[in-house]
Amino acid sequence: MATKALQIGKDARQQKGWLRAHKWLLLRRLSQLSVIALFVSGPLLGAWLIKGDMSSSRVLDTIPLTDAFVFLQTLFAMAPVEQTLLIGAAIVTVFYLIAGGRTYCAWVCPINMVTDGAESLRRKLNIKTRINLSRSNRSILLGAILLGSLFTGTLIYELVNPVTMFQRELVFGMGFSWAILFSIFIFDMFFSKRGWCGHLCPMGKFYSLPGKLSLLRVNASKRDQCNDCMECYVVCPEPQVIKPALKGAASETPVILSGDCTNCGQCIDVCAKDVFTLSHRFTTPITEKLESSQREVSL
Amino acid sequence: MSTPAQKNQQQRRQFLESMTRGAGALALFATGLSVLSRPARSLPAQALRPPGAAADDLDFQSACVRCGLCVRDCPYDTLRLATWVDDVAAGTPFFEARKIPCEMCEDIPCVKACPSGALDPALTNIDDSRMGLAVLIDQEACIAFQGLRCEVCFNICPVQGKAISLKRSHNVRTGKHALIIPEVHSDYCTGCGKCEHACILQEAAIKVMPIQLAKGEAGKHYRLGWEEKQKAGASLVTPDQQHQYNLPEGVIYDYEGEGLKPAPALQPANDDTPFKQSALDRLNQGFK
Repeated sequence: MATKALQIGKDARQQKGWLRAHKWLLLRRLSQLSVIALFVSGPLLGAWLIKGDMSSSRVLDTIPLTDAFVFLQTLFAMAPVEQTLLIGAAIVTVFYLIAGGRTYCAWVCPINMVTDGAESLRRKLNIKTRINLSRSNRSILLGAILLGSLFTGTLIYELVNPVTMFQRELVFGMGFSWAILFSIFIFDMFFSKRGWCGHLCPMGKFYSLPGKLSLLRVNASKRDQCNDCMECYVVCPEPQVIKPALKGAASETPVILSGDCTNCGQCIDVCAKDVFTLSHRFTTPITEKLESSQREVSL
Repeated sequence: MSTPAQKNQQQRRQFLESMTRGAGALALFATGLSVLSRPARSLPAQALRPPGAAADDLDFQSACVRCGLCVRDCPYDTLRLATWVDDVAAGTPFFEARKIPCEMCEDIPCVKACPSGALDPALTNIDDSRMGLAVLIDQEACIAFQGLRCEVCFNICPVQGKAISLKRSHNVRTGKHALIIPEVHSDYCTGCGKCEHACILQEAAIKVMPIQLAKGEAGKHYRLGWEEKQKAGASLVTPDQQHQYNLPEGVIYDYEGEGLKPAPALQPANDDTPFKQSALDRLNQGFK
């Protein structure tokens, strides 16, 4: 079994070479580390490109940025709306409407490196997890948080939110969040596959909402080339999003339109046939040839 | 297999079950989070919010997005963000007066930095800020109450003479000295914490506390008779009575001020006598 896990992506590596088979992963890590570097360069080196943390910040002491999820919580907590905060949240929302909602999860959020690490280690060691959580937990949590904010009049989730807490402590000095992060790592590795990001984190669920409308999307443009190796389903953090695009009817769009897709590009990396590309959502459906209808029958 | 009616019923059951489960989970999460938020609802006595924070800490917490921009722009490193191990709501800014007090910058950079309005942008004069209220909490330890001269809190106070004033009273222990007692006035105290920081004792006798903890309040219906009388220009209940005393001749009783004193007519006509009413006056006169 362990050898089978190592087989994942072998074809792609052989066909495309190591670098091209890891292109999006490397770009993502570069993006995530750059975001951290931008935030800590101020306190560490005195280069204040960005001041604040990922909840809210000021770029070059002028442009405000505000995490849209935190902003929504302040709205539910009935706080008076401040212009700066509103502008910051608007900029961020527009950015994710273009770049893809959960692009936040795969390209910005530092927790992703931890959960990705747990997942790849879990896969390599072939650990079977026992806890099967429903992905809809995220929506329930999101609803509970907003209701809770409304009832208590305070940002209750921000008292415990491991995502913002870790981001904050990266910038302002480590407190206790490494312990929470370690728990998430252990949870994802031994107890629940893709447990945190895929099944619990309400912040990711929130960012999937603009993701439903976002411009930048993964496109199974050459789906007729698919050889059914199923490796994209294995590496994808949200495998349920692939099928409608990859195996949809000829008249349906090959673009992954689900808000849950994180635009992480792991499917692009792992595919030896280059089925997937990153494109925009308005790709016209490919009217496929006869073979696609045959494939649907065989499914 | 199953009739459409049975199938319908099954679907309905499934729907109800999933709805109940969802609602239950939602209620559970919401309750759990609300319970979690309870300790963070009241500020610990030694934690003070930056200038411009709402008096009700819950209002502050509903607006603060925990970005730390106020902390970054504080030139004296007074402010810091709470972590999970602090008693203050995680991520929110606070300071402890005994460690580093607020220096009351005139341009209030922390308020300017705040993007959320949690620190009220309408606050432009730092003297109007109310971060807390100083309380001379331990009168047994404060050395002023022992009759010793200190007045460090009075002298360090940035709203000097207004927020803390000195009141003299009789030193009963020695019988001949004064106690010089610092008094805090909530009309002026900003709660910057410089007095607590400067207190010479090992544990400060004057402490700055969140206002809702430090401030008492008479009931709204409560009226002070003498103030009402002044407003009305006359006594509101019974007519004022001229007090009658059996006084020695040539002496009157000024019952609204000085008490027993010589009747005006009987005061000495000239100042030739070396023995004036007050020994102090004689001293101040100097030698001729």
